[in-house]
Amino acid sequence: MAEDMTRQTAKAEPVTQAEPKAEEAAQAEQTQKQARSIGTGPGRLLLSLYGVFTVAALSRSIVQISTKFHDAPLAYVLSGVAGLVYAVITIALWRGGEAARRLALVCCSVELAGVIAVGVLSIADSAAFPDATVWSDFGDGYGFLPLLLPVAGLLWLRRAARGTPAPSRQTGTEA
Amino acid sequence: MLDAVIIIVTVTALLLAAWCGFAAYRDSATKDWHFAGMAVVTLVTLVQLVISLVQLGHGDRPEQGMAVFLAYLLGAACTIPAAAFMSLAERTRWGSAIVAAGGVILAVLELRLHEIWGNGHG
Repeated sequence: MAEDMTRQTAKAEPVTQAEPKAEEAAQAEQTQKQARSIGTGPGRLLLSLYGVFTVAALSRSIVQISTKFHDAPLAYVLSGVAGLVYAVITIALWRGGEAARRLALVCCSVELAGVIAVGVLSIADSAAFPDATVWSDFGDGYGFLPLLLPVAGLLWLRRAARGTPAPSRQTGTEA
Repeated sequence: MLDAVIIIVTVTALLLAAWCGFAAYRDSATKDWHFAGMAVVTLVTLVQLVISLVQLGHGDRPEQGMAVFLAYLLGAACTIPAAAFMSLAERTRWGSAIVAAGGVILAVLELRLHEIWGNGHG
């Protein structure tokens, strides 16, 4: 029973056959930890950067919308939307868990699509964007981080999923 | 006066970024000395905050608006402490990478601060 559940992890310690109950509990805890782990390690760096961009994009759009909304409504609203997407990803990374990981995956995809769409549009039809947004010209005003972040986020979230092995797949691999 | 402080903050922030970036490269978490470095950079940003407020008190005004200037000023003062807390939570090389990123971000904020303050000031 407990044997079936044993997962092959990279650092399988020489387990002294402890109580099966305790082992199971430890495994459950580890699985939980892994599910939460999208906000640790490299994920914590992503979480920090997304936090910075949340503050940057939201405060920028709040200032622009409240002081000169009619100059470039589309650009300012887009900055606000970008800020909200960043906020959702930040919170998802912070909370962790499988649902948060999926949500973050969707938001990173939206973000990547947004950066590319706005980037192309701002170059092709610059009249529509009289003032810059966070995503204009593929985010070159922000060191192209708006373009790099979602790519890094998608790669990381995919890897985090693979790091959580499905128990069924591992069943029977133990001798 | 403010220009000089901006240069000092930028240089110390970039030094901190290089130092912690090196630690991340060496697969090392941030150590006590790194936190001492963060404290120094934070102290310089606080000095900058005080000097800026004094300048504003003398009637100097930032070229691109008071609200934006104050927002960047506060953001600059909060960046390294925030990075330090994240680094405390992440005791791996990625904690060092966070502080390195924080240093670069602070340098960028200083660049913007310089633009917002504008030339023609002391």
